[in-house]
Amino acid sequence: MTATQVIAPGWTASPSPLPVFEHRLAGYRRIWRGSVFSTFLLPVLFLLGMGISVGAFVNRAGELGVPYLDYIAPGLLASTALQVAIGETTWPVMSAFSWIRTYHAMRASPLRPKDLVGGETLFVSLRVGMSAVGFLIVMILFGTVHSWWGVAALPVALVVGAAVAGPVLAFAATIKSDNMFALLYRFAVIPMTLFAGVFFPVAEMPLVARWIAYASPLWHGVELCRAATLGWPPLLPVAAHVAYLAVWAIVGYLLACSRFAKKLTD
Amino acid sequence: MPDEPLIHARGLVKRFGEFTAVDGIDVDVHRGEAFGFLGPNGAGKSSTMRMIGCVSPPTGGMLRILGLDPVRDGPQIRGRLGVCPQQDSLDPELTVTENITVYARYFGIPRRVARERAAELLEFVQLDERANDKVEPLSGGMKRRLTIARALVNEPELVLLDEPTTGLDPQARHLVWERLFRLRQRGVTLVLTTHYMDEAEQLCDRLVVMDRGKIVAEGSPRELIERHSTREVLELRFGEDALEIYTGKLAGIGERVEVLPDRILVYATDGDAAAKAVHDRQLSPSSVLVRRSSLEDVFLHLTGRTLVED
Ligand SMILES: Nc1ncnc2c1ncn2[C@@H]1O[C@H](COP(=O)(O)OP(=O)(O)OP(=O)(O)O)[C@@H](O)[C@H]1O
Ligand SMILES: [Mg+2]
Repeated sequence: MTATQVIAPGWTASPSPLPVFEHRLAGYRRIWRGSVFSTFLLPVLFLLGMGISVGAFVNRAGELGVPYLDYIAPGLLASTALQVAIGETTWPVMSAFSWIRTYHAMRASPLRPKDLVGGETLFVSLRVGMSAVGFLIVMILFGTVHSWWGVAALPVALVVGAAVAGPVLAFAATIKSDNMFALLYRFAVIPMTLFAGVFFPVAEMPLVARWIAYASPLWHGVELCRAATLGWPPLLPVAAHVAYLAVWAIVGYLLACSRFAKKLTD
Repeated sequence: MPDEPLIHARGLVKRFGEFTAVDGIDVDVHRGEAFGFLGPNGAGKSSTMRMIGCVSPPTGGMLRILGLDPVRDGPQIRGRLGVCPQQDSLDPELTVTENITVYARYFGIPRRVARERAAELLEFVQLDERANDKVEPLSGGMKRRLTIARALVNEPELVLLDEPTTGLDPQARHLVWERLFRLRQRGVTLVLTTHYMDEAEQLCDRLVVMDRGKIVAEGSPRELIERHSTREVLELRFGEDALEIYTGKLAGIGERVEVLPDRILVYATDGDAAAKAVHDRQLSPSSVLVRRSSLEDVFLHLTGRTLVED
């Protein structure tokens, strides 16, 4: 028997990430209504709570150049992209490895570890995209989008999602217990959300903290989103911000592929 | 080569660190056969199945599946296998039908074909009435049948079933056996593992007995019994603990005597004659049972241990 004779009967499709994405979609279809609702509700709460009430106390002299609400809204959009991407790549991934064992079922088919990582990344992009659209609509309704460039915040959100999805997928495939996700939140997600330029300019911080913020993927997303919705020029050239996020995405993807392969082969 | 075996293993080894789970086994499984790995917990059955399923690379020896190399041609081989793993991997959030159609997509099966097959397969495993129900509330037996149906969606040439009925009640188990028996009749090659000797006897044309990573015997259930046991077994129980003292008292009756913690087994061609001999020696067992030899006796003889530790 030679290798060319052994294609499965009736179809010849080669393995791809699509079936993995479709599986996630089939699960998501059961909960999409609630999910879409919170996609709109959360930004409304954020903008009311943070922008309007806190905004009444800070920035009284107008040192930010725009109302506080308009300043933080794009930052919150970027940080929502990050939150959604991390939400979809932590517990659901742990579950697919260890609890429901979906990945083991996939592993028994022609699908390869990189198809699993690719499919998850596609699904993250869908979820981040949905949330970003919801957020942007709310931002427009609140009058916080100053420029037609605002729509550019959508692709930026997708890039932020991809930049964190890869490394977190790799992390989820490496840890033994889901307790480690608490550390991820405590030492990465929460500090980034607070100090990567969402709520106040990074330039206000001491030098070391500033450089940590610059290294974080969120800061680059915040800069780009803010540039888009306020029509400001970003600190670095757009290409530099995007390239930095792309490095996170690509390195993360490769790392995730190798961690998935290791975890699913013994 | 038309009669190249579907599974061909020589000196197959699987180590986890220092520990050797599969210790140099030779196996050939031919098209159309129902082949079994019989062995107790930890014998290395699942480790072997996972190597055959191309998800666990062999540590040593040679392995060919469908004439291909499992390490190099993994995806291609897996596309032609059906796998029912020991641990459940159904998606409880999805419906019964969705579990099959979503799985079919892993194999690149078009959606329409997947839906048709799901309907046929659910009928085959008698779950068609639950087609649109969620998986979560299904009974253990139903989940097992669904996993078997799912494993058949790519029309596999070789179906691997790792302990297909462990944990099921007798009725559920018989339903699974009956479906597997049908598959066998259709000419599907089955490879299954079990620690139930009745399952092996019912379903397997040929089997290997595994213990501590090694194959200790091979043949059809009947050959194994003929080779390693007597035709009949006399089971004696005495209402006391120290059964060892009977070893001497029973000497010479039957061909061989095995003393277990709770009973004594006397291996004899004619069980009734052996029972009479026991009676003639003025021994008064509290219960006497004559039965045919089973694979359990083969295992006990070969390893000195019982198959299911209870
Ligand atoms: N991934 C692994 N890492 C380390 N040890 C393992 C691994 N998988 C199996 N083993 C060990 O290898 C031995 C054989 O395990 P295996 O699962 O193949 O046995 P089995 O015959 O299927 O048993 P059971 O009837 O309990 O399913 C066991 O001692 C087990 O602890
Ligand atoms: Mg096992």
